[in-house]
Amino acid sequence: MTQKRTNKTVPIPMPEARPFWEGCKKRQLLLPYCPHCQDYFWYPRPFCPRCFRWQVEWRQASGRGTLYTYAIQYRALNPEWAEDVPYVTAVVELEEGVRLFTLLVDCEPQPDKIRIGMPVEVVFEDLSEEVTIPRFRPVREEKR
Amino acid sequence: MTLYRKAAIVGVAESDEIGVVPDKSALQLHAEAARNALEDAGIDKSEVDAIFTAGLGIMDSVLIAEYLGITPRYSDSTQVGGASFEFHVQHAAAAIAAGICNVALITHGQVNYSDRQRPWRRTRRWTYADPWLPASQFEGPHGAGTAPSVYAMAAMRHMYQYGTTQEQLAEIAVATRKWAQLNPKALMRDPLTIEDVLNSPYIAYPLHLYDCCLVTDAGGACVVVSPERARDCRKPPVWLLGAGESHTHISIYSMPDLTKTPAEIAAPLAYKMAGLGPQDMDVVEIYDSFTYTVLVCLEDLGFCKKGEGGAFVSGQRTAPGGDFPLNTSGGGLSYTHPGMFGMFLIIEAVRQLRGECGPRQVPGAKTALICGVGGVLSSAGVLILGRD
Repeated sequence: MTQKRTNKTVPIPMPEARPFWEGCKKRQLLLPYCPHCQDYFWYPRPFCPRCFRWQVEWRQASGRGTLYTYAIQYRALNPEWAEDVPYVTAVVELEEGVRLFTLLVDCEPQPDKIRIGMPVEVVFEDLSEEVTIPRFRPVREEKR
Repeated sequence: MTLYRKAAIVGVAESDEIGVVPDKSALQLHAEAARNALEDAGIDKSEVDAIFTAGLGIMDSVLIAEYLGITPRYSDSTQVGGASFEFHVQHAAAAIAAGICNVALITHGQVNYSDRQRPWRRTRRWTYADPWLPASQFEGPHGAGTAPSVYAMAAMRHMYQYGTTQEQLAEIAVATRKWAQLNPKALMRDPLTIEDVLNSPYIAYPLHLYDCCLVTDAGGACVVVSPERARDCRKPPVWLLGAGESHTHISIYSMPDLTKTPAEIAAPLAYKMAGLGPQDMDVVEIYDSFTYTVLVCLEDLGFCKKGEGGAFVSGQRTAPGGDFPLNTSGGGLSYTHPGMFGMFLIIEAVRQLRGECGPRQVPGAKTALICGVGGVLSSAGVLILGRD
């Protein structure tokens, strides 16, 4: 991991998730899609966890969704996150129907600033030269 | 064939000490609890032919069997988090019913409180230590990492969907503390009010400190035997009437519905086997890793409708003197919680059915329901027990 740009552990892409991570580097949120079920699934596997067919397509997601749930983290067991508290972890539901765990960024860690159901959009953070990770942020009113 | 009355729990015990036990290894707590549970049953160690445990790392049952000096013919290290021991009881009953074994010993021991001070434990076995696991790719890099961090997100969704409040969650912490005040073995026995809970610091909003279970050192064990062997034990048998188990996810992003737990799958299996329903239960022990765990499981176990858990626990209904005796030991919130609490649910339910609980005894309890929960609302093991 040369040129690390974070104090956090940088993910080492799993082989079956490489298209996802390669997409992130290009600022594209790619999701695994099962042509048989005609639906997306999460997380990346070389097969569909519903029908167990081993034909997976990668499709670019809109990057938009809504906040499904969140929590404001005041204690970090992982020392890498100690100086980040309080921060907001969230599950977002994408327009494509899948739910992703994410860090909610560009958002004050205050309950009155966060609303379940509010629109969110993907924003990419470079963790190193090799690895870029998708975070989500609230969609600002003027952009909607 | 079902497992209805095909096995009985005849011995239960904690380790000699529980709470803060800095001078004993986890293994010794397993062994103390095993000795005490076998003594409670009136069964010699030489009779044990099946061993069940979880939580030590790798080859758990092999390690414990060696440590205790047992060569089993049935061995099970099923590790599904805090519900492991409820799973073990069903597995033991199935093995006994199949004639593979006769006397099953299930042990548990953890020193998670004292481990915090131990230099060799400071580098923790991280959930995300192996980078080629889904959670290391899709959860850890976003700041997850503790049980509260994730349970808080499930609780938040329930609050959003059903209007559940922090006050309602606090009701559970307060009622459970009142039970702990009646249990001399409970670690936390000071009075606790709803205001105390709501004024305690946030661990992960919306969960306060007192919404979260303790971290202690403790061991526990139970002995499960065949109906024939149960006739000749020191104390009356507590019968397995029903059992059910399932799990749905290991990470919250795979959770089918954030407001439901696998208890929704396990409970109907247990009720069907027992031929009983929620209305038939005299005492209920639900894994209280967090106040929210109890609230959501009350719904999934059928004690109230989905979304009505908050109203159900209001007005200190589950406290001593209320009409729904729940977590009568003081639970993981106030009695003890060494990391996995499932064994202690079994111990308390058996003691209640034997009438051994002194000031916290639920009068005339004949049936008990146990709901173990593991992981991040990942696994659930439901047991229904009864006495003659």
